[in-house]
Amino acid sequence: MKTNNDKKEIQEDKKEIIDSLKKVANKLRIDVIDMIYNAGSGHPGGSLSAADIITVLYFHFLNIDPKNPQWADRDRFIMSKGHACPIWYAALAEKGYFDKSHLGTLRKINSILQGHPDMKKTPGIDMTTGSLGNGLGVGVGMALAAKLKGKLYYSYILIGCAEHNEGVLWEAALAAAKFKLDNIIAIIDYNKLQLDGYNDEVMPIEPLANKWIAFGWNVLQINGHEIDQIINAIETAKNTKGLPTVIIADTIKGKGVSYMEDKCSWHGKAPSKEEYEQAMKELTG
Amino acid sequence: MISQEVKKILFEGDKKVATRNAYGEKLAEIGEVNKDIVALDCDLSKSTMTALFARKFPERFFNMGIAESNMMSVAAGLATMGKIPFASTFGVFASKRACDQVSASIAYPGLNVKICATHTGLAVGEDGATHQAIEDVAIMRAIPGIVVISPSDGTETGKVIEAVIQYKGPCYVRLGRSASPLIFNDDYVFRIGKGVRLFEGNKATIVTAGFTTHICILAAKKLEADGIEVDLINMSSIKPIDEELLIESAKKTGLIITVEDHNIIGGLGSATCEVLSEKHPARVVRMGVKDKFGASGTLSELYEAYGFDESSIIKTVKENILNKIV
Repeated sequence: MKTNNDKKEIQEDKKEIIDSLKKVANKLRIDVIDMIYNAGSGHPGGSLSAADIITVLYFHFLNIDPKNPQWADRDRFIMSKGHACPIWYAALAEKGYFDKSHLGTLRKINSILQGHPDMKKTPGIDMTTGSLGNGLGVGVGMALAAKLKGKLYYSYILIGCAEHNEGVLWEAALAAAKFKLDNIIAIIDYNKLQLDGYNDEVMPIEPLANKWIAFGWNVLQINGHEIDQIINAIETAKNTKGLPTVIIADTIKGKGVSYMEDKCSWHGKAPSKEEYEQAMKELTG
Repeated sequence: MISQEVKKILFEGDKKVATRNAYGEKLAEIGEVNKDIVALDCDLSKSTMTALFARKFPERFFNMGIAESNMMSVAAGLATMGKIPFASTFGVFASKRACDQVSASIAYPGLNVKICATHTGLAVGEDGATHQAIEDVAIMRAIPGIVVISPSDGTETGKVIEAVIQYKGPCYVRLGRSASPLIFNDDYVFRIGKGVRLFEGNKATIVTAGFTTHICILAAKKLEADGIEVDLINMSSIKPIDEELLIESAKKTGLIITVEDHNIIGGLGSATCEVLSEKHPARVVRMGVKDKFGASGTLSELYEAYGFDESSIIKTVKENILNKIV
């Protein structure tokens, strides 16, 4: 039985973990702004909204080996919303998959860091994406293969909320439920914005949780910027057997940079010099 | 005329097999030895004949429902794990409905998925235009890195399936619904990127692949009886195509007739023109579906109506030989 002291220690450990993850997330946000500013183009809004989720995955959960990116038993991660790859590249560099100097080459000719993720060019990338809606289906394939091979790894898929506009996403949702793929954990970066405006204006997707429930999924709803909530949700997902889990993570597009927050205009453009400096001030302040 | 060497690989007798059946049987047979093979289908397994594999290996068969796009995504995911997925549906859906997933999730990352599509061309017959793939070769050929093969009979289909398993990378295999006479016997060797010259002559070159090959054989025999000897090339490997054989034959005959059950835009005829216009300019006449949609009817009615049945081929060859002399 755990004593009160033990509990206190566990809580303190957890607080330490959360604090350190918060620091990592902030660091990755700085890298994202740096990269997109240097590149002169890119997608800051959706990169920043996913920063905390990516941080928890890469620095707390994923069973991976940066020195051996092709390790067969690794957990798989697919960024279905491929345009948010700057945050992924920042995390991979921080993990040591490649030298950080590459971050400055984002979107440039001959770079290993393409405008959208490319598994053949970037160490640590398990699947090429960019055309929206396709990541979950690929995750279904990975999860089916894991079941066939008796492997225990998980396939994590980060999905953008506007990807729910794509019919193929729902085809994949049906399939994951059919095959009872409890080794799939989908996480929705629910920032409510897409290129042309709010989801509600472009194509309403609510009631989102009910839709996933109706498709046969275990649904968890969290704040996607609260590290402890992300951790708890993924732990719950890993302990859920017999059906796939989707974590609907409420997020803020552009989170961390005041003038970018909740603005669809920051879906896909680079900051100016003044904007860059302000963003850096806010993130490093 | 048919050389002694070619005679050795030709099937003797009268047996008809649909390439989709040959595919289903071969897949079920190879599945015994190659445990990495998995099959996916979109509620058409009894038509594409992946049902034969499904019956033997239910744990390695995934029925994805009527959702072709997602089937391609799932196949891509399986391939990242070292599986060899065979994804089957009708040609219209594999090429058009699922084009994005084939391009972005299979071809671009170069994943080892084998798309084996059946019910291609007007040879589908009665189902009509929506089910007759006449753009599939054009679409697949235009996607970087996809090998495109259109086997001409049941024997070749089996050899093609073996070859695409040996080959690492995405492949599109174009199969048919209707039975056609066996052309090859088991001694025939298929190689990706290689065509085979079935008849030899110097008046003209007929280049064909798939369901039209047996019709071209009949046409070549009749032309021979009329004293017109032609090269007849079975070019089942449409991409990569056998450039050497095309150039060699064009140098000899100076007149190429391509015959395909596909739109003449983007298919075998176009592929032939691309090679010859760059490397040995020669007159190429493209026979096939002339930029029109298909229709319902029996396949022989359709081939006649669309102008690439046996007599149309003979007529086209003769007319163009006359033009050549003039």
